[in-house]
Amino acid sequence: MMLKSETQSWKTATFFFFKSWEGLLVIILAIILSANMFLVPQFLTLQNQINLFQLSNEKIIVALAMTFIIISAEIDLSVASVMGLSACAFAYLVQGGMPAGVAIVICLFVGAAAGAINAFWIAYIGIPSLVVTLAMLIGFRGLARVLLEDKGIGNFPEWVNALGRDGFIGPFPLAFIVFVILLIIFGITLHRTGFGRQVYVIGNNADVARYSGVNVVRIRSILFIMSGTVSALAGLFYAARLASVRGDAANGFELDIITMVLLGGVSIFGGKGSMLGVLLSILIVLNLRNGMALENITGHIQTAVIGILLISSVLIPNLIENLRISNPTKKKTISVSGE
Amino acid sequence: MMMILLRRLHPQTLRVLALALVLVLVILFFSSQIDNYFSPRMLNRIATSAAVILPIAIGQALVVITRNVDLSVGSLVGIVAYLIGDFLGKHQGLDPFSTLVLALSLGGICGAINGTLVAYGRVPSIIATLGTLALFRTFLVEYSGARTITTESLPPWIVEFPQAVLFSIGNFEVRAMVVIALVAALIFGLALSKLRLVRKLYAVGSNPDAAVMSGINSKRVVFMAFVLSGVLAGLSGLIFLAKFGNITVVAGLGFELKSIAAVVVGGVNIFGGSGTILGVLFGTILVDTIDNSLTRWAVVSEFWRDALLGMLILTAVAADTFMARSFVRMKRKNALKPKTLPPEIRNGK
Repeated sequence: MMLKSETQSWKTATFFFFKSWEGLLVIILAIILSANMFLVPQFLTLQNQINLFQLSNEKIIVALAMTFIIISAEIDLSVASVMGLSACAFAYLVQGGMPAGVAIVICLFVGAAAGAINAFWIAYIGIPSLVVTLAMLIGFRGLARVLLEDKGIGNFPEWVNALGRDGFIGPFPLAFIVFVILLIIFGITLHRTGFGRQVYVIGNNADVARYSGVNVVRIRSILFIMSGTVSALAGLFYAARLASVRGDAANGFELDIITMVLLGGVSIFGGKGSMLGVLLSILIVLNLRNGMALENITGHIQTAVIGILLISSVLIPNLIENLRISNPTKKKTISVSGE
Repeated sequence: MMMILLRRLHPQTLRVLALALVLVLVILFFSSQIDNYFSPRMLNRIATSAAVILPIAIGQALVVITRNVDLSVGSLVGIVAYLIGDFLGKHQGLDPFSTLVLALSLGGICGAINGTLVAYGRVPSIIATLGTLALFRTFLVEYSGARTITTESLPPWIVEFPQAVLFSIGNFEVRAMVVIALVAALIFGLALSKLRLVRKLYAVGSNPDAAVMSGINSKRVVFMAFVLSGVLAGLSGLIFLAKFGNITVVAGLGFELKSIAAVVVGGVNIFGGSGTILGVLFGTILVDTIDNSLTRWAVVSEFWRDALLGMLILTAVAADTFMARSFVRMKRKNALKPKTLPPEIRNGK
């Protein structure tokens, strides 16, 4: 017990509970859904189900990209600032008279470039991603403010607003459809391709990955550029949905996004997690927020509940593991292994 | 000559010297750009805003040295500033010393919550404090009911405190709140280099396994780091309250980023195990000088502040990484030279 290191105990904890993590999430989701149905009669209408996604489409799209990043044992705190930067760049370009279609393409490239800047410092220079993306959280947000100063810019072409507001296929808005498509593509990439396996290997042990021939630098670069591009896309959806952009667009979204991913059972130390878990945790967070909103509980309390959920998702498995170890009949011997 | 100097100096000392040099260059640059830069007003502006950040930067450094991070300090500053302001409004007679004790213990209790979660609950600090960042802020918003603490409701001594001048050198006045922040820096700087209990922070941060095996209770040390970070956030909150007087629920929003920026620029290793309070002091002053000078600089719009601040943090960390690497390379090269081997190895072979 005394010889066991912090990280090892953490890993054993996740090991014990990872097996049943998705199962646990399904149970939580079922409880929340039935509570919502019981408390709020209009909960199960199609319109409410669409609303539930509509308000967070941008965040859940970015959460998919964040899943890859965290599984590879990195973190991207700059996503919300990239979303804001892309939304502001879009507003700036459209106001300057550029056709919205061209502006969209440019903004996606801005996102890719932002991701490439992160990738350069993290993958090539080797500075921790926590520091780089924290600096870029400030830096990209600063650039967004430079573009719009303290103005709010609206007046987008009508088709842009319509894309954000109306259903694209049937009642489903484009952002939701993009989310589903990305979910399928990312899910297959993560779980069924060599690239996905390599992401897990890097997350487990980057040195081992490098010695066994995985091009760590290249994969990390791809992940961060992908994260930047997806964030830029989400930022555009955000601009279209609100039909107006300010310098602080999407400010603070990184908290919600990271919460969704970690609650989905993805380990902050990398190497563990699944798209299914993240999808389930997205559904939990959205339904919880929606149910609370329908019950007239304010946004701040909602954030606090999500925060408690995030902490307890790690704390409770740890506490149960503590009990298991202190129970002498089931005592496990845990040896100290080298690096 | 240069090489001898490099070999003699500890890399941390070198780092602080480089930082001081950058600070001097930045000040010289802005003094050539901004009229009346060396005026007492400008100095006071920078000193008082650095005084708010310095305590939380020190607290952040203590936590970062143990390989953790405290993202909740901004919310803590808000809670302490608001609650103490609220309390002072209701109890006008409270004396300054009791107020200070109250603020520090309030911060310490909140810090203990973080510490318990991280050290004993084994929740990774980034998750735990990301959660408490939201929780503390929510508590504040709900408690306040959208009321604002106003200067009128506060007792006169705390309203006049920011103007209190301890002593003045020529035209330059040294404000009492700046001195308080500096005293905190001095205490923790000495403790980190002299006190056995506090030096355990380095042991836990540089190698947690080795620290545990050599009999250090690493859980208690991490817990202590978070409590101290909370206590220092309490001090920041009190200085914040005194400086601004009018406190809303967004008080201290985003301070966690400022504190991490100051710590990282100040040369504390984000992977734990190294860093000095002197470096943090210079880091805080540098970040703050740039922040305040850019608002006064006519050439770029003030909206460039954040963009440049982000670049500054990256540059500082990149410089740090390169310096550390070349230092290791230099040491390795020297070690390979037979001359530098100790005589017993050279002769014994």
